Amino acid sequence: MSASFLIAFLFIPVLAAVFAFRATASPAVTIPRLLKTCLILAGLVIVVSGMSLLAGASDISAIPALKALIFRGREGLSSLDEAERTILFSIRLPRIAFACVVGASLSMAGAVFQALLRNPLAEPYILGISGGAAVGAILGILMGASLIPLGVPALAFLGALLSVAVVFGIARTGRKLASNTLLLAGVILNAFFSSVIMLLLSSTTLNSDIFSTHRILFWLMGDLGVAEGRDILFSAILFLGSFGVIYACARALNLMVLGEETAMQLGVDVERTKKVLFLAASLATAGAVASSGSIGFVGLIIPHLMRMLLGSDHRLLIPASVLFGAAFMVTADTIARTVTAPAELPVGVITALCGAPYFIYLLRKKAV
Amino acid sequence: MAVIRVEDIGFRYGHDGWVLRGVTLEVRQGDFTGIIGPNGSGKTTLLRVIDGILPPQEGAVYLDGVPVGKMKRDAVARMIAVVPQETAMVFPFAVQEVVLMGRAPHLKPWEFERERDLQIARRAMERTDTAALTNRNMNALSGGERQRVLIARALAQEPGIMLLDEPTAFLDIRHQVEFFDLIKTLNREQRLSVLAVTHDVNLAALYCDRIVLLHNGRIHSMGRPAEVITAENIREVYGIDVIVEKNAVTGLPQITPLSEEYRFALNSA
Repeated sequence: MSASFLIAFLFIPVLAAVFAFRATASPAVTIPRLLKTCLILAGLVIVVSGMSLLAGASDISAIPALKALIFRGREGLSSLDEAERTILFSIRLPRIAFACVVGASLSMAGAVFQALLRNPLAEPYILGISGGAAVGAILGILMGASLIPLGVPALAFLGALLSVAVVFGIARTGRKLASNTLLLAGVILNAFFSSVIMLLLSSTTLNSDIFSTHRILFWLMGDLGVAEGRDILFSAILFLGSFGVIYACARALNLMVLGEETAMQLGVDVERTKKVLFLAASLATAGAVASSGSIGFVGLIIPHLMRMLLGSDHRLLIPASVLFGAAFMVTADTIARTVTAPAELPVGVITALCGAPYFIYLLRKKAV
Repeated sequence: MAVIRVEDIGFRYGHDGWVLRGVTLEVRQGDFTGIIGPNGSGKTTLLRVIDGILPPQEGAVYLDGVPVGKMKRDAVARMIAVVPQETAMVFPFAVQEVVLMGRAPHLKPWEFERERDLQIARRAMERTDTAALTNRNMNALSGGERQRVLIARALAQEPGIMLLDEPTAFLDIRHQVEFFDLIKTLNREQRLSVLAVTHDVNLAALYCDRIVLLHNGRIHSMGRPAEVITAENIREVYGIDVIVEKNAVTGLPQITPLSEEYRFALNSA
């Protein structure tokens, strides 16, 4: 318990250091400033992950764990026993890696959607992705897809893609994509899916086993504990691919914030860029949601927080959101699995619990 | 050769009525041309068609002889810069960041601005008297300051043509005049071709060498201010009676609209 709070406190000096670069440098983003900021934030991810590795129900102390991490293969040098090694490498490490991928994906997608839709309230699930994924996952859980490897995540991913396709279909007129219609279609689709979820839940609680109900609830609130190696790899690949595409369009995103017509006047092929970016951000979100469930607030608040500290230039904002989102998610998940140890909370509960009040504080302090 | 040649343009949104029809005009290098006309006469649509943002159903626009529809967006943005009526920013950008955005069409997507780009931006800001605002947030500026920053951004594009879309609509008289003075200086010194849409007929007469009067999507008349701005033309196009006088100092036509009581007096006289 104390370890997780220690991790949480780490964020304050790091944010101060990141802010220092904003305060001293001229507003233009340069490569040195980008590298410095990313280095600090990457350091935060590493330190937080290291501390998270040691936090948990069974106490593993730092030195032997570090030794085991470095001399992984060589038996003699590691002073950990078999059980401890399993906990470190097969349970905690993959989970931390997954938290990084999910936090990074959601924060990146949030930043992209906020810029494309020019709406501070946009978040990764705005196009109905979470609703579609949830319906897919719940159907999967109820039909027993949990027994098949990749079963539930695959169905959730399909559900997410399906809802994105529907939203795109509604908002497309000719070869153009109307942003406002996209937004409305997403909101309506999410509302529709919520009622489908309610329908599924109310018709199954009576005749279904407690295990399925429990899994569905955890899925709806977001949980990083069920993902396996393959799921994590899948999300990671989707994240890396989307990040590459999105970062290549980072300057175009800056121009899109000024409005689509202005972006065209400044040389952006708006329709193409918009499609590519919506698709990349949707894929990253779908990849994360598929095996983690709908973890809320991360994709909304992290981009805002980074924007306040670093400005709106997406060449800095995107990588900063990725790294800080990863660190934040690892912290939230560490708290989720240690606060009530040996029981666990869904991580979505933690992100919403600290996200909502903090967001309100930011709103009061400085208009987002 | 004409830097802009608009050839028999017809444009409509979807299957609605024609917004522009049979519009043909030329802009030569260094021209300062004003486009005036009532609301809905197609002024802004014409600018969008020229900039290649709206593809016309009939006719074509040529920039330096190349059809704009065949050009890539960044190639168009290197030739034409647009100063809009106003700019809305959902997320905060500093003035320097906004001006540097003008360099976007000159850079590869992954390229960062080099020293040369920073210099061009700096010169554009000095030229528009916005250098002192470098670190300020765009949203915290006054309307006049914001428009000057947008000129700086347009200059950073290093364009040959500048399109102005009612750029002084939200400015007071002093800032209107300062805005157009600056554009006029750039027009003279850098041989920048300017095409300005404005509602202010008097300002257009004051600054433009040539005026295009649009009426229901067609060119009603075109020529020097004194040829276009006549009481008769204004009555035909805007449907109101105005007094057109030759200003004693400038020698340019200036219009005075009449309120109802004076119109009544004029008609009964």
